[in-house]
Amino acid sequence: MSTPAFLNPPAHTQKRKRRNLFFQSICLFAAFIAVAILCTLIYKVVVDGVGRVSLDFIKANPSQMFPDKAGIWSPLVGSMYIMALTIIFVVPVGVAAAIYLEEFTYRKNRLVRFIQVNISNLAGVPSIVFGMLGLSLFVTVIGLGKSILTGALTMSILVLPMVILVTQEALKAVPKSYREASLALGSTQWQTIRRAVIPRAIPGILTGIILAASRAIGETAPLIVVGAVGLVTFPPDSLDDRYTVLPLQILDWIGQPKEEFRIAAAAAILVLMGLLIVLNSLAIIIRARQQAKG
Amino acid sequence: MASADLTNIKSNRSFTKSSAIGKSRTITQAIVRGLCFICAAFSIVATVGIFSILFLESIPFFQQIPISSFLTGTKWEMMGNDPKYGVLPLVTGTLLITIGSGIVSIPLGLCVGIYLSEYAPSKVRKILKPILELLAGVPSVVFGYFALSLVTPGLRGGTEYLTQILPTLSPFFPEFRPANAAAGAIVVGFMTLPLVSSLCEDAITAVPKVLREAAFGLGCTKAEVISKVVLPAAFSGIVASFILALSRAVGETMAVTIAAGATPQLTFNPGNEVMTMTAQIVNVSKGDISRGDIRYQSIFAIGLVLFLITFVLNLIAQHYVRKMAGRR
Repeated sequence: MSTPAFLNPPAHTQKRKRRNLFFQSICLFAAFIAVAILCTLIYKVVVDGVGRVSLDFIKANPSQMFPDKAGIWSPLVGSMYIMALTIIFVVPVGVAAAIYLEEFTYRKNRLVRFIQVNISNLAGVPSIVFGMLGLSLFVTVIGLGKSILTGALTMSILVLPMVILVTQEALKAVPKSYREASLALGSTQWQTIRRAVIPRAIPGILTGIILAASRAIGETAPLIVVGAVGLVTFPPDSLDDRYTVLPLQILDWIGQPKEEFRIAAAAAILVLMGLLIVLNSLAIIIRARQQAKG
Repeated sequence: MASADLTNIKSNRSFTKSSAIGKSRTITQAIVRGLCFICAAFSIVATVGIFSILFLESIPFFQQIPISSFLTGTKWEMMGNDPKYGVLPLVTGTLLITIGSGIVSIPLGLCVGIYLSEYAPSKVRKILKPILELLAGVPSVVFGYFALSLVTPGLRGGTEYLTQILPTLSPFFPEFRPANAAAGAIVVGFMTLPLVSSLCEDAITAVPKVLREAAFGLGCTKAEVISKVVLPAAFSGIVASFILALSRAVGETMAVTIAAGATPQLTFNPGNEVMTMTAQIVNVSKGDISRGDIRYQSIFAIGLVLFLITFVLNLIAQHYVRKMAGRR
């Protein structure tokens, strides 16, 4: 960079041009690898498991004895319970917290800044540590036992920082003029938030909820700590029943020595990935529609 | 927030208070505001809860095992007549996985971030970003399966092939066990790649255009602009992304539990089985162990170490993020 390019001898320029091309190819190659990783992963799972996926597989309960007849009904139901309850618990708290941090704080005072830093920190805490919080607090101190309710409460605390952060982004993206127009008409701040800000921020908030939902069905570690078990051969009846979830069933099958179980694991992964891809595409569609609206 | 200044005007408040409707409106507002504050403050309760629970629950453990022998012990054996609780093998296991994952995720993620922000046409970006998000959303268990069914066989096949063509070097190739640290590290690297790439992209995009234009104006090639002007300007954000990825790798659990094994041992050989702190917690949790048991107590001691390591890493990352935000 020390001498301008036109003063350099041609050989040097050639070298720089080659280096430029090389640098660009490396970056392109890295992007290619990232895509290739995902494709290989999906390809491998599809090849291993696609023959095993069927309606019977989904509707049968897992079994230790008959790997060919084992299915994923009870873990699937368990995952759905966990996901639904987590969303029910986390959305009101998460959205309200984000509204407080974005809308109700006039100046970012020390307390607000502290809460904000704390939320970012909480988002970086390993998921298994949340499981230990749940184990001590919900299982033992509050006495909920190793139930679905415990699992969902633990999962809610785990995804809470994410919901807050995404909702805050959504609220930040609402133009200031919306608030000013509403306030100028004499609405209180809460009316402004309810009628002008939130409707506009809904797509962003929904994206956050979907992200939380996919996190809730993919996470395993904290649920193991709060007592989800590997093999449950019937779907849970009530909120304090024993339960298992899809990723945990996969873990159980991966650990089995028989080849049939490994295939069942791949099939279960396919179902899990299918669910996640559906959720992800929902989020992408919502975002695209929002961008189209401008 | 500037909009809030409007509501702060005193006359506005006294005006709304003057009528009965106005009064109920201000009361509703106060209640809602209070509820929202409680929700926001809940995050602090969660942090305090995590910290105090890890602390309180590990006290009984440290009453039986002195902290010094916990931190410096080189053996973790819970079974047998003479159980040993030395956390070092778990820490080195975690370290091995974390460093290995960084070797994969940092260069790849940085290059993908550069590609996304500097080279990719908008059409490619529109496809590539959702793909990376999907990769970030793949559950940890699935990566474990991937490690077991593809990465480890690949590593074994690779070393076999290399031994055939370079027999003289064969003593230097590690022998890969069915569960090994390398496979765990590689898949954790894949998992954290999207985190690095998206944060690097953000940091690079935030670099003012003027800097690029000035460098181009001096006759730099694009590679020179990026490596000598843009990357140094985005340095803080890029470093933050690296540290966050490492912190994520430290806390990663399922993939590591499946891929890297369940034998705590003090080793730096990537072909060996290692056990991370997280895997040990899972291992104990899977068994039905009661509250009074020292094994139950031991996971809280490990959890405390784990929490402190990630906490410090996150604080460092946030320091760099703030540095970047402050300069802009």
